[in-house]
Amino acid sequence: MTFKPTTAIAALLLAVPTLAIAEADDDTLIVNDELEMVTKAAAPAHLADDLDEVISGWHFRSDETQALQMDDFDNPGMLGVELAIDAWETVEGTAEKSCASCHGDVEESMAGVRAVYPKWNEAAGEVRTLEMQVNDCRENQMGAEKLGYTSGALTNMVALISLQSRGMPVNVAIDGPAQAMWEQGKELYYTRTGQLELSCANCHEQNYGNMIRADHLSQGQINGFPVYRLKNAKLNSVHARFKGCVRDTRAETYSPGSADFVALELYVASRGNGLSVEAPSVRN
Amino acid sequence: MAKGVKPRVKAPKKAAAGETVTLKTLISHKMESGQRKNKDGSVIPRSIINRFTCAFNGKTVVDVKLEPAISTNPYFEFEAVVPEAGEFQFTWYDDDGSVYETAKKVAIA
Ligand code: HEC
Ligand code: HEC
Repeated sequence: MTFKPTTAIAALLLAVPTLAIAEADDDTLIVNDELEMVTKAAAPAHLADDLDEVISGWHFRSDETQALQMDDFDNPGMLGVELAIDAWETVEGTAEKSCASCHGDVEESMAGVRAVYPKWNEAAGEVRTLEMQVNDCRENQMGAEKLGYTSGALTNMVALISLQSRGMPVNVAIDGPAQAMWEQGKELYYTRTGQLELSCANCHEQNYGNMIRADHLSQGQINGFPVYRLKNAKLNSVHARFKGCVRDTRAETYSPGSADFVALELYVASRGNGLSVEAPSVRN
Repeated sequence: MAKGVKPRVKAPKKAAAGETVTLKTLISHKMESGQRKNKDGSVIPRSIINRFTCAFNGKTVVDVKLEPAISTNPYFEFEAVVPEAGEFQFTWYDDDGSVYETAKKVAIA
C-alpha cells in the first residue's frame, strides 16, 4: 500500500469531532492576583499575512495546568528559580567571582533583558541567546566551565533572568545586523523535515487549536520559556523543546546551541512580539 | 543527604480567632522510588520523604506517611483552625535520616 504520512496527519487533525471547543480559551492569566499578562495580541507586522492574532501557549492547556501558573507557590518552575538564586551568589571559576559580583541585584540588573533576547551582540558579532550569554560570562568573565546548553543549572539560571521581565512585552529586534539570521530562522520554520515531512508552520500556524492525538496544538510560542513540564518535572529550555518537535517529525534534529536553532529561536521569539514574557510557565 | 532539598510553606500571617485557614507546603525532593534501574542494570536506591507533619503550638494538625509512588516535589494543601496566636511547625522526614523543619507565625487579626 502506498500511504503518504502527511495525508495521514491531515486526516488525523480533521477527524477530531470537537474542533469548536478546542480553540484557544478566553481565560485571563493573572499571576499572584496582581500581574495581568497579555496572552493574546495583534500579530506583529512581519506575520500579518499569516496570522491575525498571536496567542500564548497557556490558552491551550487544561484549567488545572493553567492554574499552576497563576500562583508562584503552586508553580513548580519556581523551584528551579530558587536554585538559580543560590547559584547567582555562588563564587566559581579562576576569577573568584559570582554573577552578583558584577551584576549586583538580579532583580535590578536583569529587568527587561529576557524580553529582547535573542539579541545581536556587537562586540562578538553574533546573535546570542540568553544561554549563550550566560555561558560567555562564565567562560570569559569568571574563568568557569561552560554549562551544558540544556542542562538544569543553565536552564534554571535562564529562568531566574527571564522572571525579571515577567509581564513585559516580548520585543526582539529582527532588523539591522540580526536580519540575516532572522531570515535563516524563518526559512527553517517553513521547511518540512523528517519522514513525516512536516514544518513548524504545518502544526503551529495552520493547525493551532486542533487536537493532534491527545495534545492540543498551540502556536508554539516561546514567551513562556523556560517552561516547567509536568511530563518530565523540570524546567525545559527552548532548544530542548525545538529538538523534541523536530524529532517528532522523525528527523535527525539540529543540536541545542547550534546556529540553526539560534536562528530558529530568534525567528520564533519574534512571532511572539507583543505577548508578555511569562517565564517560568507551566505546560503538560 | 539528598541534594537540593528545600521546604516551602505558604500560610497567612494573620487570622481571626477560630478561623479556618489554608496552608500550602512543598518540599523539593527527587522522591526516588527504589523501583528504577540505572543504565548498568543496578537498582537506584530508594530515597524519599517518608513522613510529613504539621503542628500548631505543639498540637498535631496532620501527620502523613508517604510512600514511594508519590512523585517529585511532594505538595500538600490542607486546612487548619487557628484558635489563638502562635506558630505552625512543619517537619519533613527523609529516608536518609535528615529532618527538615520550618515554622510560620500567625497573629490574631
Ligand atoms: C566579571 C564580571 C562579570 C561576571 C562575573 C558576570 N558577568 Fe554577565 N556581563 C558582564 C559584562 C561586562 C556584560 C556585558 C557584556 C556584553 O555586552 O558583551 C555582561 C552581560 C550579561 C548579560 C546580558 C545582559 C544584557 O543586557 O544583554 C547577562 C544575561 C549576564 N551577563 C548574565 C550573567 C550571569 C548569569 C553571570 C553568572 C553566571 C554573569 N553574568 C557573570 C560581566 C560579568
Ligand atoms: C507534528 C506537529 C508538530 C510540529 C511539526 C512541530 N511541533 Fe511544536 N509542538 C507540537 C505539539 C503537539 C506541542 C505540545 C502542544 C503545544 O503547545 O502546541 C508542541 C509544542 C511546541 C512548543 C511549546 C509551546 C509552549 O507554549 O510551551 C514550541 C515552542 C514548539 N512546539 C515549537 C516548534 C517548532 C519551532 C517547530 C519546528 C521546528 C515545531 N514546534 C514543530 C507539535 C508539533
